Amino acid sequence: MTFAQFLQYIFSGITSGAVYALTAMGFTLVFNATRIINFSQGQLVMLGGMSAVALYGRGLPLWACFVLAVVIVTLITIGFERVAIRPLLKKGVLAQIIATVGASFVFETGAMLVWGRDAVGLTPFSGDKPLGVGGATVVPQTLWVVGLTVVIVVALQFFYRKSLFGKAVRACSVDATAARLQGISYSRVVTFSFALTGAISAAAGVLITPISFMSYHSGSLLGLKGFAAATLGGLGNPVGAVVGGFVLGIIEALGVGVVSAGYKDAIAFVILLLVLFLRPTGLLGAKVVNRQ
Amino acid sequence: MTGTTTTASYLRRHAGYLAFAVIVMTIPAYVSNSYYLSVLAYMATRFMMALGLSLLLGQAGQISLGQAGFVGIGAYGSAILTTRLGLDPWLAMLIGALLAATIAGLVGMPTLRLKGYYLAMATLGVNEIIYILLVQLKSLTNGTDGVTGIPSLSIGGLNLGGPKAYHLIAWGVALLMLRVALNLGNSRVGRSLRALHRSEPAAQSLGVDTSYRKVQVFMLAAVFASIAGSFDAYYVHFISPESYTISFSIILITGVIIGGLGTIWGALWGTLAIVILPEILKRVNSDITNLVFGVLLIAIMVLWQGRNRGLWQTVRSWRSERGVRKVGPPGAGE
Repeated sequence: MTFAQFLQYIFSGITSGAVYALTAMGFTLVFNATRIINFSQGQLVMLGGMSAVALYGRGLPLWACFVLAVVIVTLITIGFERVAIRPLLKKGVLAQIIATVGASFVFETGAMLVWGRDAVGLTPFSGDKPLGVGGATVVPQTLWVVGLTVVIVVALQFFYRKSLFGKAVRACSVDATAARLQGISYSRVVTFSFALTGAISAAAGVLITPISFMSYHSGSLLGLKGFAAATLGGLGNPVGAVVGGFVLGIIEALGVGVVSAGYKDAIAFVILLLVLFLRPTGLLGAKVVNRQ
Repeated sequence: MTGTTTTASYLRRHAGYLAFAVIVMTIPAYVSNSYYLSVLAYMATRFMMALGLSLLLGQAGQISLGQAGFVGIGAYGSAILTTRLGLDPWLAMLIGALLAATIAGLVGMPTLRLKGYYLAMATLGVNEIIYILLVQLKSLTNGTDGVTGIPSLSIGGLNLGGPKAYHLIAWGVALLMLRVALNLGNSRVGRSLRALHRSEPAAQSLGVDTSYRKVQVFMLAAVFASIAGSFDAYYVHFISPESYTISFSIILITGVIIGGLGTIWGALWGTLAIVILPEILKRVNSDITNLVFGVLLIAIMVLWQGRNRGLWQTVRSWRSERGVRKVGPPGAGE
């Protein structure tokens, strides 16, 4: 492997890593607010990408597609939270898994019925003329993906640390009962966390669609990789989610260089299993004790 | 069989099993329609898969989203070992089941110590890896083209490839598995599984090795799935990777949930639902099957009151709670 090739793999790893990081962020936001692992997380990313493509097909400008896709998926997640999640908050892990798995089926089949079975792509945000960096090339979309991911992550950190409502959300993730006793509306925190997850997931979906195609079926893989990233970084730890996403993306890209592109998707699960075997708390430490 | 259940209630349970066995095993005597026989053959293996999953869900309170992967191991193990190495179909089935059990043990040991969603995600990952291997290991699995020319089962030179003979052997094995599952529920193992489902710390404090028990039942579920996969391969003589995706794993879960987790018999009602419902929905639009399944999963979980209910009990209790209201909950009309 020459240095230029190595660099090329790193670039592609960072690009997909950014999307895994955002997906892992989605898992983390919902998990911290509700202790639920949302098995339809990846489908939310897929819905973002697919609805942006559909809107672009209607002749809307790209930025409007981006915004509208985010709004649409946010509304869907708010509805999903009201209908399916609210009644499950007090039920067991099993019921929560099954219901969110059911939701993943609903989103996936719904997308197939509305938009068909074909994989679709989106026009890159600012052209597709590759830039040369150290012998390797970077498409401008990569800069968009990484740049917006960094902006989103920093904005989230700022929000959670500085704003009053952000602090309320964090209080609920530490101890929901104690937070309620302080007058924090837990149900608003849950709704908000889901809405934010929907928005971030949709953004991730719109960002990645110009680079890798999106189809109704893409969601399950994205979700699994997002979960692998979240676990790798430490489930419930937002910084861990971002680190896990990028680490996973880079390992995966290098794995493609070493093994074969056909096995690319298996790498994430091998890592997931290894983490569960060796260090279930992840690289940076999970926020909560996950043992039964 | 133990003294804790009264003789009368044991006999009643036994009678139900015997009646079911007699009905199922005499079907070939009065059904000759090849379409119905093939639907029943299809049901036998779905029933085996659902039984294992029902034990895991209902008894141990754990969920596997990767049963289709274990079905695939059984099917491909049997197909490859018989067509490439000329092994006896039964021996190939056994080797497939051992492989499935080994994988289940390896995945179960680290994850079953953790919260339920870790096993769920890990099994989802295992299913995906198995699918990728089936597609990519072309020299072994023939990739997406699948494996053809898989032989039929036979006993001592007697070919069991005919629909009626196959019905007897497949349902015979399914009934055996049902017996194992029913006995497990009434045994020491079953009681400790139910105990750990209610309260794991309490079960632990009474000396139940909880994670060991859960790994055992997960391995049993994988073996059931693998054997079912082998039977499918010997019946259809052709397999391809598309049959072993995560979607199929979720459909199996839907069946077990619709049937209800309170008793092992729920697996039977669930099997009926996942075989018959798609046949009915096909008349509207075959693409909506998974949508309906997804809505059913959500609806049953939202309306779920305890762990013992399937679709029927959920609807009944929901209706009695709402008094005279005649409308069913979402998804209850099927």
